[in-house]
Amino acid sequence: MLKTVQELNEIARKVRIDALKGIHAAGAGHPGGSLSVTDILVSLYFNVMNVDPENPDMQGRDRLILSKGHAAPALYATLAHRGFFDTSELLTLRKLGSRLQGHPSMELCPGVEMSTGSLGQGFSVAVGMAIADKIDGIDRKTFVVTGDGELQEGLIWEAALSAASHGLNNLIAVVDWNNLQIDGRVDDVKKVDPIDAKFAAFGWETFVCSGHDMQELLDTYQKALSVTDKPVCIVAKTIKGCGVSFMEDKAGWHGKAPDDEQLAQAISELGGDR
Amino acid sequence: MADVKKIATRQAFGEFLAEYGAERKDLIAMSADLSGSNKTDIFEKAYPERFIEAGISEQDMLAEAAGIAHSGHVVAASSFAMFAAGRGYEIIRNSIAHTNANVKVCATHGGITVGEDGASHQTFEDIALMRVLPGMTVINPADAVSTKILLREEFEREGCAYIRLGRAGVPVVYDENADIRIGKAMTLKEGSDVAVIATGIMVAAALEAAENLAAEGISARVIDMHTIKPIDEDAIIKAASECKGIVTAEEHSVIGGLGGAVAEVTAAKSPCRIAMVGQHDCFGESGKPAELLEKYGMTATDIVSAAKSLL
Repeated sequence: MLKTVQELNEIARKVRIDALKGIHAAGAGHPGGSLSVTDILVSLYFNVMNVDPENPDMQGRDRLILSKGHAAPALYATLAHRGFFDTSELLTLRKLGSRLQGHPSMELCPGVEMSTGSLGQGFSVAVGMAIADKIDGIDRKTFVVTGDGELQEGLIWEAALSAASHGLNNLIAVVDWNNLQIDGRVDDVKKVDPIDAKFAAFGWETFVCSGHDMQELLDTYQKALSVTDKPVCIVAKTIKGCGVSFMEDKAGWHGKAPDDEQLAQAISELGGDR
Repeated sequence: MADVKKIATRQAFGEFLAEYGAERKDLIAMSADLSGSNKTDIFEKAYPERFIEAGISEQDMLAEAAGIAHSGHVVAASSFAMFAAGRGYEIIRNSIAHTNANVKVCATHGGITVGEDGASHQTFEDIALMRVLPGMTVINPADAVSTKILLREEFEREGCAYIRLGRAGVPVVYDENADIRIGKAMTLKEGSDVAVIATGIMVAAALEAAENLAAEGISARVIDMHTIKPIDEDAIIKAASECKGIVTAEEHSVIGGLGGAVAEVTAAKSPCRIAMVGQHDCFGESGKPAELLEKYGMTATDIVSAAKSLL
């Protein structure tokens, strides 16, 4: 059952709040990149991907790899709201014995297709998965979500060459383009812009869209799904820390937990617990 | 041993892949622009649809291998040991070992017998790097026959492994019916004065050394430690308690390699004197394999000297 844009926005709002609550409870985590990637994940998991929360290992399911694994709180909250596990478990984030590790663990967490956290690797693993589907004649999509800072990893470009060489029309990459990394602006630290032109030069079809406008995201996915001869890269323009005024576009909120007061303000700005 | 038949373990690996590919339709082989050198081209000719050329991108090959394995395949990912274990280390660590992907890293051209290519291509660190990874099986076969037997057992199992293979031809020391099992050292010659625990190409050298020691009235036990991890502790403890000392012999750094691994076992469970034959904390250089083995102290003569130093 597809969601309306209004429903997707409401889910994304809850996902943001739950991601922040988890990070607050853990006293550690990555709020900035979690908030920037939330709309991308929610729109994919609820309206695009063929997945079954009751049967996470379902044959022929679409697969998503969060290559920017530090945004795990957003992935976990999305999976929980999609029904893979109870939302109450989100408060165990990063705690001893939890299935919700600081970076995603496929062994532990239902719905996680690949353990990630070391940047660049998830992107290349996704290429391998898409190659396997070609060999096996399985018709489905592999999605991989990467950060723009992550594109500084050389492995990304090795894998991008592979994907084009293999003509992987079953692979869709989404770049969470928030232009921030730990040490500052991506443009200043090590410029990766123009991202779409780079992927196009590497043999990919590319689209640029807002990463926070649900309708635009959905429309762009439809365009991506209709590409038949090459891998697709969607460059989704986002705001790091999106939805929380004091976190927005601040590199300092890459990997820092909010305190009690900050969490309360963030939840309030996100429309409150309702 | 000049009249002994010599076959490179990389050749046995390539032949194994092609043979095994007939049985296992889910077997995928990958190479990074070295299919002629690592002999995956034998598999490629037989099963082109199941061979993946990753290009000169070892990291990408290894991460892709994890993705393919997690899609239900067993994957043989092959490159030179230097670039598979060295350049690919952190990919193997996080995407293969940590997820226990069914990837067998088949690394050819290990050690100094790469020869003329020189220091940039001669790795003495790969066994150490791989053996420190949780859950990683590390295999270093002595000859072509044991290569095929050990590969078959490993590929029948689920999970990750590192198999170190060589470029140069090495004497065949086993017959095809030998009962070789992963994790179980092979005692090739009994002896009570000294035990030589060897791995890879040094097994043939150890057998030669034992003959020379016997001529001088010294009884040397020869053990092929083809599996570095999990290591056969029982064989080591037995050797340590029954002989006056242990010589370890490897075409690898003694730091972190077989020498280190044996010392870890004896230090904890049966202290004894150990003399380590191998690369001693230095890089290699260009030369013919035999010249290099001699210069860097990895010959039967070096094993004999090491054995005598313990008596």
